[in-house]
Amino acid sequence: MSTIILLLVTGLGLGALYFLIASGLSLTYGLMRVLNFAHGIFLTVGGYASWWIAVRLPLEDPWRFLVALVGCMLVGAIVAAAVEVSLIRPLYRRHIEQVLVTVGLALAFTALVQGIFGADPISYPAPRWTQGVTQLAGANIPNSRLLAIAVAAAVFLLLSAFLRFTRWGLIVRAGVENRAMVTALGIDVQRAFTLVFALGGVAAALAGALGALYFGNIDPQRGTATLIFAFIVIVIGGLGSFTGSVLAAVVVGLLQQFINYYASVYWGFSAAGDLSVVLLLAVVLLWRPQGLLGRSVG
Amino acid sequence: MSAPTATRNLLEVDDVHVHLGESHILQGVSFQVPVGGVTALLGRNGAGKTTTIKAILGLVGRSGSIRLSERELTRMPTHQIVRLGVGYVPEEREIFSELSVAENLKLAERDKAPRYDLVFELFPELEQRRAQAAGSLSGGQQQMVAIARALLNDNQIILVDEPTKGLSPLMVTNATTALKRAAQAATLLLVEQNLQVARTLADKVVVLDQGRVAYTGDVAELLADPALARLYLGVGGH
Repeated sequence: MSTIILLLVTGLGLGALYFLIASGLSLTYGLMRVLNFAHGIFLTVGGYASWWIAVRLPLEDPWRFLVALVGCMLVGAIVAAAVEVSLIRPLYRRHIEQVLVTVGLALAFTALVQGIFGADPISYPAPRWTQGVTQLAGANIPNSRLLAIAVAAAVFLLLSAFLRFTRWGLIVRAGVENRAMVTALGIDVQRAFTLVFALGGVAAALAGALGALYFGNIDPQRGTATLIFAFIVIVIGGLGSFTGSVLAAVVVGLLQQFINYYASVYWGFSAAGDLSVVLLLAVVLLWRPQGLLGRSVG
Repeated sequence: MSAPTATRNLLEVDDVHVHLGESHILQGVSFQVPVGGVTALLGRNGAGKTTTIKAILGLVGRSGSIRLSERELTRMPTHQIVRLGVGYVPEEREIFSELSVAENLKLAERDKAPRYDLVFELFPELEQRRAQAAGSLSGGQQQMVAIARALLNDNQIILVDEPTKGLSPLMVTNATTALKRAAQAATLLLVEQNLQVARTLADKVVVLDQGRVAYTGDVAELLADPALARLYLGVGGH
């Protein structure tokens, strides 16, 4: 029983990271039909920015980590807005060029990080509490997983409130449905898009810092590696569906964790979790091509 | 029906061309809309009426010149054109189905004091259904939302694209009444297939045929002449 509880919580923790990176991707696709293959760099930026701040701050835990977290969110927002304004905006509606530029940016940025900080993972100065465990129904749950779940839940609630109760949120929800009609009401959708891009950058940067706690280090490749699963999450959830990305992140995180554990224990096959996620993607695409909560086209 | 209050032109469309894919949809369309009153934009299916409306709004790429109160629109993005005081009631209503009626209207607010009193006077049903998802409304109620969005703000001109399409006779009457009220506050450019509605609302007419202007003049004159009506619209005028 304790194993199942442990797998459940750690799976939710992994799902939390996927949600943080997938939420921004889903909203930017929903609003402007932009698939940003450079979204993973915001996660990398978040991880390295929080590490850079944390190792320099003469503060005690948990303040050092909290300040680092706020700092990485700020850096994530700035980098994301800069990418949108300088690279995505000039290529709006030119989808092939967008893919080429964002893939190129992701590769170049990873190489840049490797050039500056080295290709090897760097140990992360995790706060003491996050290195401990909490007893839950007999299972020793790593606190870093609980923190990831709590932060993702808070981000979900804040983004939901933003979408539900603010004028910008109203513009985003309407824009996901019919962008041209929103502009025909006199609204500059482009500004909403920059805002959504920046919010996506904040969430991904948070995933970077929390991922550093989860894995115990920062790594130049982590953004790219996690982005693949984030793409799977938004396709399974339904492209452009914010709620769908939450649901899919939880399903993918749990599936991956459970299959990884049991396949490893019974068959010695440790990568089965990743494979199962890809199989789930194939099943969803065959059974419901628009994703779990996506709207069918045509 | 309100009569034109001045001879000054509010909207001047000059040699406008639109290409969509391989098709040359508008082939040098030129016409003027005077200040005040209702100008009907008529023509057979596929003549380019909706494309003309979209070209004015910048929703399709176009060349040529379009001036509103002597300001050139062709280099402006759509949202800036609308903020000059251009209301739009699209052909397919294009309400946001997943938003509530209240949210649809809120999104359309541009003025500091949006005219909800007028909207709810014309469409009391919308006030009762404020919290209802717009996608669950009937076609007629959805058209009310589409017209209400344009009536909320002070506009120089309202572009109305087939407002009675697919509506019941009762809803056609309601929509016509609402557009009459709208015409008291702003100039209307009205695309309409229902000639009875066009005759009731409009004084001037521009007829498009295969992407070109084929006729301009008084709507009553055109519809009173069965030969002309048949030639340009494919129907008798009466």
